[in-house]
Amino acid sequence: MVERTPILNFFTHLILFAGFVFCVAPFVIVAIAASHNLKDVNDVPMSLLPGSDFWVNIKTAWTTADLGPKLLNSFIMAFGVAAGKVIISALTAFSIVYFRYPGRMLMFWLIFITLMLPLEVRIVPTYAVVANVLEPYQAILDLTGISWLIQKISGVQVQLSLGLLNSYSGLILPLVATATGTFLYRQFFLTVPDELTEAARMDGAGAMRFFVDILLPLSRNNMAALGTIMFLWAWNQYLWPLLITTDQSHAMAVTELKQLIPNVGGAPEWHIAMAGTLIIMLPPLVVVVLMQRWFVRGLIATEK
Amino acid sequence: MEKRVTFSKWRIGILFAVPQLLLIFTFFYWPAGQAVYWSLTLQQPWGGGNIWVGLDNFRSILSNADYWNSITASLVFAGISTGLAMFIALVLAALTDRQLAGSWLYRVVLIWPYGIAAPALALAFRFILAPEAGFMAVVNHFWPGVWDPGLDGADAMASIIVAFSWKYVGYNFIFFLAAFQAIPRSLIEAAAMDGSGVIRRFWDIQLPLITPTIFFLLVINITESFQDSFGIVDIMTAGGPANATNLMVYKIYSDGFKGLDYSGAAAQSIILMILIVALTIVQFRFIERRVHYR
Repeated sequence: MVERTPILNFFTHLILFAGFVFCVAPFVIVAIAASHNLKDVNDVPMSLLPGSDFWVNIKTAWTTADLGPKLLNSFIMAFGVAAGKVIISALTAFSIVYFRYPGRMLMFWLIFITLMLPLEVRIVPTYAVVANVLEPYQAILDLTGISWLIQKISGVQVQLSLGLLNSYSGLILPLVATATGTFLYRQFFLTVPDELTEAARMDGAGAMRFFVDILLPLSRNNMAALGTIMFLWAWNQYLWPLLITTDQSHAMAVTELKQLIPNVGGAPEWHIAMAGTLIIMLPPLVVVVLMQRWFVRGLIATEK
Repeated sequence: MEKRVTFSKWRIGILFAVPQLLLIFTFFYWPAGQAVYWSLTLQQPWGGGNIWVGLDNFRSILSNADYWNSITASLVFAGISTGLAMFIALVLAALTDRQLAGSWLYRVVLIWPYGIAAPALALAFRFILAPEAGFMAVVNHFWPGVWDPGLDGADAMASIIVAFSWKYVGYNFIFFLAAFQAIPRSLIEAAAMDGSGVIRRFWDIQLPLITPTIFFLLVINITESFQDSFGIVDIMTAGGPANATNLMVYKIYSDGFKGLDYSGAAAQSIILMILIVALTIVQFRFIERRVHYR
């Protein structure tokens, strides 16, 4: 605000308000539709005054899609991914920044490349790996002739097999296997003053001690930011859970949405569908609202 | 940048990286390699070994009209939704940055859509844009049959574009606002002293200074439109009507897991990978040079 511009200010408010409505309207419409009964929700135009069936619809959506256990599954998976990222990225960044060893740059690039290809584009072969996670190792043993050797010597045929379909590890691990957080930590570790490291070493702290007692407490902000962003990202995953959870006991909340779409030819139960959508939208929305500071920070720091 | 002070026991250092390396080997490099192998062989879904077929999978895909249709649909989707989401976000961020009374409200609220899962917002928009109930029904009431995403390909494409743009306006807004706020206030004030108005300052100072962000968001939006669109397409249109919204990732999924054509799906994955890697390289090589950095 450098000068007085009454006309421009008026239009600024007008456009911003339009943007505000554009962002909030879908939430409001979903909430209102979730409060109508079957007849009112299909009225043209639908009444924008809330109806009285809100809790009934929420309850129906909850039981129809069996959302209780599904939401719990989503929470477990999202926490798992967030925790995995926060821990594993910190370890890797520490290794890359604070040690000098042969092949360090190669490793850096191996990790960097994983940023380029998201899970969605390599979905088919990743599915095959999760069906048997030890398959790569089996193949290595076969190719190097080690399994042949073992069979010759002990007569045991090596057949490694461990399926992770329909399991939490199968859901979580492939989502953790990218470099998103590693570079966030790396950038931060590079700004930690060298004097701190020298002082710690002079006091007799080893690498492990320095990492746990000095570096990790200093990166608390980064951890909160990364954790928030990864929680939301994992909660919102759709394609991956859809593929590997064929069994209902491991299904996620987000994949259940499909069951709520009104059938063609059936009763157009949009009020139930919208109540379910509202329930599933709510946890990430609460996280965004409460953790806004970390969310924005994490978003900007992980992508740049 | 490198650290001057490091720890000497580098064998321990490598151990710190082992969990990450195991994960990316098992779930990234092995599958990526596998995709290349499958794309060059013909895999029987129920076992029985792979037959080496060279580039045949690619040839059959590239001669398939459905695949070209899917590429066109993806590009149309990427182009329009990126343009829309970025333009709206740029305008809103520039205006919020003027910091008039109440701008905190926009800073808080405009971010919300990005937190929502693509399939959830897709279901919401499926209702809002439904031809028989919801809000587009009003339009159909006055001009019967104008809007029907279930039958008209263009309408279906418009629906998924609206849903996707809605989510990414919030995302782009965060980055644009951060970029605007990083511009030193003194620069704006100096220009104002020289007599330039708000619009002139936007064109000559703010816009050139945020070009790195514009260009960064351009690449991110396009790549995200390839991936994050899956949930939206699956819930809103399921690729229909008549393949009008059969975007590339959706086609990989339906060919691979519904059609059980692993080799074809793998070949499509490779093409998509090449496309995304090419985009990333373009990002670093060509566009970045013409962008104004401070």
